[in-house]
Amino acid sequence: MIEIKDLNKSYKTGNNNLHVLKGINFSVEEGELVSIMGSSGSGKSTLLNILGMLDEADTGTYTLDGTEIKNLNEKVAAQYRNKFLGFIFQSFNLINYKTAVDNVALPLYYQNVNRKERDERAMHYLEKVGLADWATHLPNQLSGGQKQRVAIARALASNPKVLLADEPTGALDTKTSYEVMDLIQGINEEGRTILVVTHEPDIAQMTKRIVMLKDGIIIDDTVVNQVKAAAHV
Amino acid sequence: MFNIERWQEMFDTISKNKLRTFLTGLSVASGIFILVILLGFSSGIQNGVRSQFEQDATNRLEVSTRTTTKGYKGLNPGRVLQMRDSDYENLSQKYEPYIEYKSSLYNSWGSQVSFGEEQGNYRIEGAHADQQFIENATLVTGRFLNQADVDSSRKVAIIGYQVKQDLFKGKDPIGENIMINNTSIFKIVGVYTDPGGTREETRVFIPVTAAQKMYNAGDKINRIAYTIKMSDNFDEAVALSAAMAQSIDTDLRTKFTVAPDDRVAVRVFDTLEEAKKIYGLIDTIRSVFWFIGLGTIIAGVVGVGNIMLIIVKERTKEIGIRKALGAMPNAIIGMILQEAIFITAIAGLVGLFLGVGLLELVSPYIQADFIKNPTVDFATVMATVGILIVAGALAGYIPARRAANIKPIDALRDD
Repeated sequence: MIEIKDLNKSYKTGNNNLHVLKGINFSVEEGELVSIMGSSGSGKSTLLNILGMLDEADTGTYTLDGTEIKNLNEKVAAQYRNKFLGFIFQSFNLINYKTAVDNVALPLYYQNVNRKERDERAMHYLEKVGLADWATHLPNQLSGGQKQRVAIARALASNPKVLLADEPTGALDTKTSYEVMDLIQGINEEGRTILVVTHEPDIAQMTKRIVMLKDGIIIDDTVVNQVKAAAHV
Repeated sequence: MFNIERWQEMFDTISKNKLRTFLTGLSVASGIFILVILLGFSSGIQNGVRSQFEQDATNRLEVSTRTTTKGYKGLNPGRVLQMRDSDYENLSQKYEPYIEYKSSLYNSWGSQVSFGEEQGNYRIEGAHADQQFIENATLVTGRFLNQADVDSSRKVAIIGYQVKQDLFKGKDPIGENIMINNTSIFKIVGVYTDPGGTREETRVFIPVTAAQKMYNAGDKINRIAYTIKMSDNFDEAVALSAAMAQSIDTDLRTKFTVAPDDRVAVRVFDTLEEAKKIYGLIDTIRSVFWFIGLGTIIAGVVGVGNIMLIIVKERTKEIGIRKALGAMPNAIIGMILQEAIFITAIAGLVGLFLGVGLLELVSPYIQADFIKNPTVDFATVMATVGILIVAGALAGYIPARRAANIKPIDALRDD
């Protein structure tokens, strides 16, 4: 599903050249649930941004579902993002003047799906995350865990190949974090490929494979015994 | 643009951001409102000045003679120059191709006029039928003088509206007899009004021949009045009028043997020359108001552009989210512009109708002489609203484009 070869990325800060990713080789099969771990500054967020086409690598190749991702302009990137990817952010990033169901329906709007079908599909995914009763609430009427579940429903709405989650539990307490991870595990069980960036070991243990990043290189890549989040809820 | 989904999305956005929508609209609406009021009063002042000026026909030439003040060719100063019917006939014949209306006049500056117990002192104006048009007088009832009245010096009179108010109050004066100068009885055949107002309406017109008889004036006349035929080109008309005035002036000076530099003795007053000045003034007023109006529009455009900039700034994160969810740059630009154009258009029309409404409401109550009928040219204002919309869209396009090119990663970075 994801194939990365010899990926390099550096940022210019003043006169210094900050080499963030130093030759990453990495691949993810369909249906995997992978966590990318590392301390702050290890390059894990940069890697996720490149995978999410929010940022572009300097050198190296990136193939997503058989399509080589290169020469990205904003228009092509938007098309690929809409077609392949669903995003889950640490700070939820819901549009605060839109109701839960409208937030979930938004990616479908950009796929030119008509309003009726948008609403139906959005409701379906809200049900899936257990928030059907909250459909007409605005984000500021929802708790943090509920907001993240709306964001997950939104990420699923466009039926993407890969879900990318950047610290999805970073703003949540432990109990809520496990609830969200339970949901993510459930989605993965249905066969969807998911990448989670986290710095919390307990969250990482709930995925099926942990990739450790340090100073821009992968220092460890192991398959783990998945801990079921449901056991902790 | 005519995609129903996009409209729904837009209405959704503006209805959920009421304050922002309201403030954007307010600045546009107030700009247009001020512009309408400005243009309205500009046209009001123009109308006022014009009507003050047009109490008499604007293409009028008026000839009068007085006493010489300078000696010339052995003749002493202090001679009284008296025009007679023959002068009027000679001049009228000579300049016939250029003359539109003509009249000789014999007037008394003030004579007693009475009807029953009511009486007053009014200016009596002996005139020809054409004088109505030279005066720009409009008949309220009855008729003006005609040629037959003049030919047989009939004792008929046309009184000003103010005279009618003074002597007849509410009664119908047509057919009533008035006594002029305590000697002659005249029958009223008409009542007139004049754009010049009360001062011009406190006069009584009678046939010039009847006036000459009543005042024992023989064939004496005081003044000769013409209007010249207007050509389409205003400047040509002014030149013709000036040339004719000069020529008549020369004719009379030759006939009466008057020094060429004796400005008092012979006077030919050329209204069109004055008209040119007044129209110049009106043009100046108009351009001043347009200048202010244009400034208002520019300020409005800058305001709209500014608001657009703030809106884009405020929505940076939202734009980042939309882009992460797959919005194309064009969709972002379209979204921002469509909102801007829609709000500008609606607010512009609201401002327009409020402004026009206010003008309609207050204009009947404006009594000042120099402001009359403050109205706006609807097409002009619609064009202005159009300009504001286009300019607003252009001003909004730059920030919208920049927003569309923001990398979602930058927009989403937690601040």
